[in-house]
Amino acid sequence: MNFIVEHYNYWVVVFLMMVGFYIVISANNLVKKIVGLNVFQTSVFMMYISIGKVTGGSAPIAAEGITTYSNPLPHVLILTAIVVGVATTAVGLALIVRIKRAYGTVEENEFEHKEELI
Amino acid sequence: MFVQHFPVLPIILPLIAAPLCILVGRSHLAWILATLVSALSFYVSVDLLLTTIEQGVLSYAIGGWEPPWGIEIRIDAASAMILSVVTGISTLVLVYAKESIVKEIDSRQHTLFYTAHLLCLTGLSGILSTGDAFNLFVFLEISSLATYTLVSLGADKRCLTAAFRYLVMGTIGATFILIGVGMMYMKTGTLNMIDLSARIAEFDSNRTLNTGLAFILVGVSIKLALFPLHMWLPPAYTHAPSAVSAFLASTATKVAVYVMVRFIFTIYGAEYVFYTMSMDIILLVLAIVAIFKCSFMATVQSNVKTMLAYSSVAQIGYMILGISLASNLGLMAGLLHIFNHALMKGALFMAVGAVLFRTGSVDIKAFQGLGKQMPLTMAAFTIAGLSIIGVPLTVGFVSKWYLVTAALEQQHWVVAFLVLLGSLLAIVYIGRILEAAYFKKPSQLTAGKDIKEAPMLMLVPMWGLVIANIYFGIDTSLSVTAADSAAQWLTQAVTETGAKQ
Amino acid sequence: MTEIIDLVLLAMLAITALSVIFIKDLFTVVMLFGIYSFLSALIFVNLDAVDVAFTEASVGAGISTVLMLGTLALTGRKEKSSSRQTILPLLVVCVTGAALIYGTLDMPPFGDPNNPAQQHVAPRYINDSPREIGLPNMVTSVLASYRGFDTLGETAVVFAAAIGVLSLLGLPKQDRTLIQSGLKSHLVLRVVAKMIIPLIVLFALYVQFHGDYGPGGGFQAGVIAAAALILYALVFGLSVATHVVPPKVLKILAALGVLIYAGTGVVSLFLSANFLDYSVLASNPVAGQHIGIIAIELGVGITVFAAMLSIFYAFAGQAERKNIQ
Repeated sequence: MNFIVEHYNYWVVVFLMMVGFYIVISANNLVKKIVGLNVFQTSVFMMYISIGKVTGGSAPIAAEGITTYSNPLPHVLILTAIVVGVATTAVGLALIVRIKRAYGTVEENEFEHKEELI
Repeated sequence: MFVQHFPVLPIILPLIAAPLCILVGRSHLAWILATLVSALSFYVSVDLLLTTIEQGVLSYAIGGWEPPWGIEIRIDAASAMILSVVTGISTLVLVYAKESIVKEIDSRQHTLFYTAHLLCLTGLSGILSTGDAFNLFVFLEISSLATYTLVSLGADKRCLTAAFRYLVMGTIGATFILIGVGMMYMKTGTLNMIDLSARIAEFDSNRTLNTGLAFILVGVSIKLALFPLHMWLPPAYTHAPSAVSAFLASTATKVAVYVMVRFIFTIYGAEYVFYTMSMDIILLVLAIVAIFKCSFMATVQSNVKTMLAYSSVAQIGYMILGISLASNLGLMAGLLHIFNHALMKGALFMAVGAVLFRTGSVDIKAFQGLGKQMPLTMAAFTIAGLSIIGVPLTVGFVSKWYLVTAALEQQHWVVAFLVLLGSLLAIVYIGRILEAAYFKKPSQLTAGKDIKEAPMLMLVPMWGLVIANIYFGIDTSLSVTAADSAAQWLTQAVTETGAKQ
Repeated sequence: MTEIIDLVLLAMLAITALSVIFIKDLFTVVMLFGIYSFLSALIFVNLDAVDVAFTEASVGAGISTVLMLGTLALTGRKEKSSSRQTILPLLVVCVTGAALIYGTLDMPPFGDPNNPAQQHVAPRYINDSPREIGLPNMVTSVLASYRGFDTLGETAVVFAAAIGVLSLLGLPKQDRTLIQSGLKSHLVLRVVAKMIIPLIVLFALYVQFHGDYGPGGGFQAGVIAAAALILYALVFGLSVATHVVPPKVLKILAALGVLIYAGTGVVSLFLSANFLDYSVLASNPVAGQHIGIIAIELGVGITVFAAMLSIFYAFAGQAERKNIQ
């Protein structure tokens, strides 16, 4: 029982990761793929932040009277990862706009037939 | 004056040059800036290589904060060797690109091309130099984003879908690596590579660490295009501009192989990965399948760039084969092949790019009769092709020799035989092009056109690589010494740091 | 109490994520993603990660949603139902999920202060950084100083994204005819926007400089400032906005931010210290750290603002082109 309490946070995050991952690999529409990619990445961020949490701690900003702080290192890593994620999303979406202009569609199965498969 | 800062220069020089290119604006000036910076980085990298062969490892604490609280630049012989390859090829490709992109990329985007190239170089140099696992992820994403941009600059609209597929697969790979690093951090509390290796060594076999390693290896396998996760590579290399294909084929996947070597040998340690987790069998099998399936796919392609792309995946199979043998000699053979393959493939893609420049096509029919009309280009292609096959006096032979020796050392007779068999397939796919160039008359694609030889700016770097192919095939001392000392350092790393700490 | 909030938020996240799979209307999907992002920002607050929550809300729920909607304006709102088989993806996902669950079995307990992550590198950041760097916000100390190289890489990523989008979509030309487009017929929106936009810019400046003492910093500030101008462009029209902040200026600013950041590091090199060592920038190391951090956060803020706004201009320019056609 204790084991479940200690780990359920991670399990829910794993579930969210897998939902996002499923959307990426199974979606036909390219925009939905990018949405799935973002859901996948955001769930990974939640896993990292869960690592840094200290029960009874507070945000890592030094203040009078607070003795326990949560770990600031995962926060820094995820700040970077969020920005990397949005950068990738921006480039991916720009590619989608160009693909729509060039192919007339953003459904993956439609241009797999329009071009020769390599 | 700056010698003690050399470790950080290959990263910050292109990083500063990239925005400067945007400020400079004119593409001609951007080209000069990019080429000069790339050449300077090459000079620094070679100096670092010579230093690390003698001294061992160079460590540089960024921000003045000692690791593991700060980020450390950590350069050993393996990093320096591949860094020299990357910066060297980058310089040659930039010289080549001046003419090559004129016909393949819209002129308003030339400055953006040079900027993206410099950002890619920054990312790759960062990956090779860093001693911090998360920092590696950040630079991996810099280089990846720049790569997606470079691929999407191609002329054919299929480069867009290729770039998108590469983006999705590459980001999944990077996220897997992030998951793995997170798991490692969870169990050890640190991100510095040497610190990680010391702390992981304290565990016997931990489920979180095992899963972390599995995710990292899968993520890296996507980036280095290990079969069956290689599907992004052929379309991307085929439809990207020729200068981009030449650069990526020689560097991007090799750096990913380096990342795999770092995680396996430096951080986790060969024992953990190969004996506790039995990764050696999995990697060996996948490598062999890659070599055969992709060499076979190469033989049936009519688009020569696609053929070279499949050949690249097969050659990566050879590198992973060397690594999976889990021995000093195997690792050395794999590292040596990284160096040699960059020389071979770079020259081949440059030659094909020259053909595209003059004839407007990369179909095998366009090559017919080119032996007479573009003699220098086809001669370069021939020599580099012979290198891929593994003919003596070329670097390809040196790699295959060491791979076979490493396999025989462990009594893997079947593996050694399969390596030699792979060369036979290479004879087929290279041979088809040579047959078309020297023994066939020009086809309707090129008949009647006056095909001149490629411009000087494209021929010189191409032949630079070809001469390097032959030189390093005959005088193997530098490359073999570098690879050997790199392998020694990597396989000793855990005991060394154990003694130091 | 926090556990109950945690559970409720996680349950809402799960429902949101699952519904993205099944809904075919892409506009709804993007909105659901915005909700997902906000909910995760709330979870971050619950887990004491205030800086991260701020960034996720502004970058993830803000910019990502705007760009996705911009793309949908060009590609269409409905997803076509496909005949793709779902067995293989489901299999891959199940295998991956099982591997991850296997990995969680040895994970240290959630929230335990004796975890390796809390015991090793972090204590120095928590105990010593207020003294060594002199800032209360430990996240800013780590981000800007101890791991400043990561943040330089991050700025380069933002710059690379701007370059990528620029090369794919191009920037709109500064329009001489000043077509009044946008939502000019909506009087309430125009009046409220005129009042709010200066406040948003002021808030962005506050976040930029107050990031040393509370949640905030260059990234969040850059995004908020860009949001102010995006709002201006949406209400008053893209052509008016390009007159206020011309696209050419944005290109220069994006490059300048990266140069300021890298330049601060190079200044340290010339002062005989390692790259990005701020202690040598003033006679007192702590004062040097302050100067260094302000300089690099400025560089970050400028690049992020310029990059985000130019990416928006690129997408909006495409939409304008399509509308005119």
